[in-house]
Amino acid sequence: MSVLDNVKFDADGYMEDPHAWTKEIAEAIAKREDVKLTDRSWVVIDYARKEFEAKGEAPTLRNITKNTDVDTKELYSLFPGGPGKLAAKVSGLHKPTGCI
Amino acid sequence: MKTFLILGAGTGGTMMANKLSKRLDPQEWKIVLVDRDETHYYQPGFLFIPFGYYQPEDIYQPKRKFVPSGVEFVFSDIELIEPEANKVTLTKDKRVIHYDQLLIATGTNIHPEEIEGMQEGGWRKNIFDYYTFEGAMALKGFLQNFNGGRVVLNIAEMPIKCPVAPLEFMYLADYYFTKRGIRNKVDLVFSTPLSGAFTKPISSKLLGDVMERKGIHTEADFAISEVDSGKNKIKSYDGREIDYDLLVTIPTNMGSEVIARSGMGDDLNFVPTNKRTLRSDKYQNVWVVGDATNIPASKAGSVVHYSAETLIENIMCAVKGKELEAEFDGHSTCHIVSGYQKSLLIDFSYDTEPLSGLYPFPVVGPFPLLKESYFNYVGKLAFKWIYWNIMLKGIPFPLPPEYSIAGKRQVA
Repeated sequence: MSVLDNVKFDADGYMEDPHAWTKEIAEAIAKREDVKLTDRSWVVIDYARKEFEAKGEAPTLRNITKNTDVDTKELYSLFPGGPGKLAAKVSGLHKPTGCI
Repeated sequence: MKTFLILGAGTGGTMMANKLSKRLDPQEWKIVLVDRDETHYYQPGFLFIPFGYYQPEDIYQPKRKFVPSGVEFVFSDIELIEPEANKVTLTKDKRVIHYDQLLIATGTNIHPEEIEGMQEGGWRKNIFDYYTFEGAMALKGFLQNFNGGRVVLNIAEMPIKCPVAPLEFMYLADYYFTKRGIRNKVDLVFSTPLSGAFTKPISSKLLGDVMERKGIHTEADFAISEVDSGKNKIKSYDGREIDYDLLVTIPTNMGSEVIARSGMGDDLNFVPTNKRTLRSDKYQNVWVVGDATNIPASKAGSVVHYSAETLIENIMCAVKGKELEAEFDGHSTCHIVSGYQKSLLIDFSYDTEPLSGLYPFPVVGPFPLLKESYFNYVGKLAFKWIYWNIMLKGIPFPLPPEYSIAGKRQVA
């Protein structure tokens, strides 16, 4: 029995309902995505959640690095591959819409 | 007398000045248009300059020529916008303009200084942009003397003006080097922070296939961290490196500095704008058009053209004290020149991906969508004339502004 059993995801693996997110769910998603969460990862996740509560969407990488002490290089080490997408996923947010 | 102030006389500002001067009552409204530059560049032409397919004089004209009589045209930088006080201060003579309605059309510019090392040693020696007239001209000079090596194009980060232009650059480079008989001595590499060739999945696959067919290597998910111009390498945050002999960069695109100074922008100085009404999210008498907005549509002339139809109707509602009626659907049409006198056409909106079929009319078209054709290429070249003679002057032409699914098919 996993905490993810009752959580609904879209086709790309993002939570359908960001409001249903908990810290336990974040840990479980991170495990599924093969990402190890550290205190520094939580700086990013907490900020992403705060931005979501205020603006209704996931912050861009530029926004994260501007408003936290995590720089782009560290973001890539915390969330390898695509930090924007991966951080949004772990934070229970929808896929970032930034790229048009 | 009331004042309608327009900041920026590029594609959006000029087009709207023409539309507003026809619709606003001249007894009641004075229109003021401000821009710092006297020259209007036909920006889609920048792409053709490096390859010598357009000459410099093909792509610029004086801005004044497109400004209707009755509009006061002021050449000046803008020092500050104070939307709470409904006023704008210009740099020239510190002139203060009090407005009743404001339209922001200050566009976007490239910022090579955002990428570490970009402007060191190699800048404009073997590193060039082509999103400025100067950059495109400098690159032309370099290409004429280039006889082989590795050409790398890099998109620094999204969003960028005209997201298909980098693909067109690669397709045209393939054509150009082939015509010069040195294609076998040139490696072409396309590096992008996106996961594929374009932003929308179906067209990304199709445009990526065209890349492959032309022998152009795509380096996807490449987020540039720095340029090492001593060693001619670009590096990504995840540790990849790409060597280059010629680096063509699409640097970070940002809105105007005055937007930042005035505290009106997002992290990239784009103005938060309602994507349906095109009014500022924050101020009832502030409107935004074109590249200056943060709406999730392409930063492109076609989007300006389609959205101007919505904007003029909503502005007219607002000045008459009525509810806003028109809604923009994110409609965008892009011509993608693929070389060999052919081009592809894609047509999409906020909610709909590019589909195949015929544009703009079902069955008769005449332009096929998502397919390379000579007819599309002729359409792209004809567009320069349409731009100067019809579009900038705000004259309606028979293309429906709303995105329509008629005549289109989903790609299997």
